[in-house]
Amino acid sequence: MAAARVGTDAIRVCPFSVFNSLGNKEAVTPMRLLIIEDDRETAQFLQKSLKESGHVAEVAHDGATGLSMAEGGGYDALIVDRMLPVKDGLSIVQERRAAGDRTPVLILSALGQVDDRVKGLRAGGDDYLTKPYAYAELLARIEALVRRNVPEEQTTRYVVADLVLDRLSHKVTRAGQPLTLQPREYRLLEYLMRNAGQVVTRTMLLENVWDYHFDPQTNVIDVHISRLRTKIDKGFDPPLLHTVRGSGYMIRPGGA
Amino acid sequence: MHNLLTSGPLRLMLLATAALLALGLCLVNEIADQANSALARRTVAAIESDHAILAAAGRDGIDGMVERINEFAARTQAGLYRLQRADGQMIAGNLAAWPALSADRTATFNYTPSGAGKRLAVGIATEVGNDHRLIVARDIEDQRALAIRIRWLGWLGVAGLAVAGLVIGLLARRVLLGKIGTITATSRAIMAGDLSRRIDRDGSSDEVDQLAGNLNDMLTRIESLMAALREVSDNIAHDLRTPLNRLRNTAEDALRQSRDSTAARAGLEKVIEQADELIKTFNALLLIARLEPGDAVTPTEEVDLAALAADVGELYEPVADEVGLVLKVSVPPAPLHVAANRQLLGQAVANLVDNAIKYSSGTEGPPASHMVTLDVEERYGKITLTVADHGPGIPHADRDRALKRFVRLEKSRSLPGTGLGLSLVAAVARMHRATLLLGDNSPGLKVTMQFPHMGRPSHATPAHE
Repeated sequence: MAAARVGTDAIRVCPFSVFNSLGNKEAVTPMRLLIIEDDRETAQFLQKSLKESGHVAEVAHDGATGLSMAEGGGYDALIVDRMLPVKDGLSIVQERRAAGDRTPVLILSALGQVDDRVKGLRAGGDDYLTKPYAYAELLARIEALVRRNVPEEQTTRYVVADLVLDRLSHKVTRAGQPLTLQPREYRLLEYLMRNAGQVVTRTMLLENVWDYHFDPQTNVIDVHISRLRTKIDKGFDPPLLHTVRGSGYMIRPGGA
Repeated sequence: MHNLLTSGPLRLMLLATAALLALGLCLVNEIADQANSALARRTVAAIESDHAILAAAGRDGIDGMVERINEFAARTQAGLYRLQRADGQMIAGNLAAWPALSADRTATFNYTPSGAGKRLAVGIATEVGNDHRLIVARDIEDQRALAIRIRWLGWLGVAGLAVAGLVIGLLARRVLLGKIGTITATSRAIMAGDLSRRIDRDGSSDEVDQLAGNLNDMLTRIESLMAALREVSDNIAHDLRTPLNRLRNTAEDALRQSRDSTAARAGLEKVIEQADELIKTFNALLLIARLEPGDAVTPTEEVDLAALAADVGELYEPVADEVGLVLKVSVPPAPLHVAANRQLLGQAVANLVDNAIKYSSGTEGPPASHMVTLDVEERYGKITLTVADHGPGIPHADRDRALKRFVRLEKSRSLPGTGLGLSLVAAVARMHRATLLLGDNSPGLKVTMQFPHMGRPSHATPAHE
């Protein structure tokens, strides 16, 4: 693999580096989203919240309208409720996928069992969120989905400021100094850096780093993050691993 | 009376009695007729044979016939003869008067012997030459009386049977209705709401008594299920009501302080936090309900329990470390496969470890007591997972209760979490057909989960059921 050699073209640099001085909201690339949700109040809340987060959302209140709007295309992601009048959410996703549409889909559902989740993902959903959810969770997930959908070159290195993670040698350095990470800490950091500049929730970490889809009673993730933080931020400046209150964590260059 | 007519058994019995009666009468008539005609045929044959003999004797003159008639009359008891001249003068025989008989036809007639009443006879009258007439007959009065007696006796017997049947039927109905009446009365009382009522048994262990026994057993089972249901809904109500109330209070408090934006904000944040806790509890309750055996699909995924335990151990090791505990995980190097649902089993093990850490943090004592252990081993072909701590443990009396659906022990309320952890573990164990045991780690709690062999579904039920 020629691309495996470290070169600038293969390095994925955090796009936020140029916005360091700007706040979170302004830094976001606006997304165009379609919300297919029959509960008008929920849909309105989502639309309003997404707008405040700097995104544009359109709303469909039933499956058929939602499907025809999705067919029109041009959305960065679809937020689809599973139980909808006229046409259910899973059918919409299946039909879009059958038509070759690869737009990321976040399925919302009041059905939260493990098998329901598997069904949702098998139908072509990219992520599955159980009601009731926190808006921050939904936002983090939808941003991660859209980000993931951008064609990704063979990334071999993640770089955030002076923190470098080499995916080939599994080596991590900060300001040129090698850091010793446990395998799980490495995966945790890898996931955070892949989503650098974006909020990653505790549930997302639990799902993607540990492959657990349940709620551990205590905030185990916090403890793991705090360990990782000690390793990558202690004795270095500025801190890179930030806690986003009420949402989760974010790795990004620049201070708080 | 309406009772009598609507009573199913009685109607059936009346119908049977009527049929029996009709059949019996037909049978009696037939028997009487058959007997009568058999006797009649014999009588007619005897008359004809007598007549033939007399005719033969009379061929050489009337005297021979007279001699034979006298002989016959003396010999037979029932035989009746009369030979008379054309003017009516009797020459021989024992029949005092000439009866009304048309010639050459066998027919019945009445006659009156001397010193007795009228009797029935059958006979034939023939011309003998030109100036004599002969009657040969048999007395059938006894026969007739016999036939009448047979018929009467038969009818009487059938009637007696019918009456006896009716009486027995009515009695049986009375007994049956009495027994069923008890059941009916009791079931009415139960329907009216008194589930503690039971059917009185007469101890006869007949079918109805056995039925009553079975119904009583069923009622006991229903009553215990109802009690369990009530307990479960009480538990759910308690688990949700208290936090809902707290949530409402916090919201009200935040509203009151809405002039002070910092306080209001803090209050709203607390509201969201409490709503999240409530959602967690609700999810846990829902999951436990869904895991009820028969409802959830039996897990078929092949899961390496050793790896799963090591994973959970790795997840919680820093948590234990944070509170000054050591989480010691010992699993065999080789995989130990069990049929499981990885997510649910993972959650159960996580709950156990989480509880162990929560309850033993802050324990006083030697360094050894600051240890939580998570072991997976295969011994005697059985795969067991054990989580042990040195915390306060669970009193022996509370252990059964701790594993019940939706039960949270009182002391769990002071600590974060839904408090439904053990209840959920028990439900997951049930779903995996694993035996769950709460034991003593002296001091502390030792929870053991023992799995059935893979591929050989065990029907062992959890120990607490």
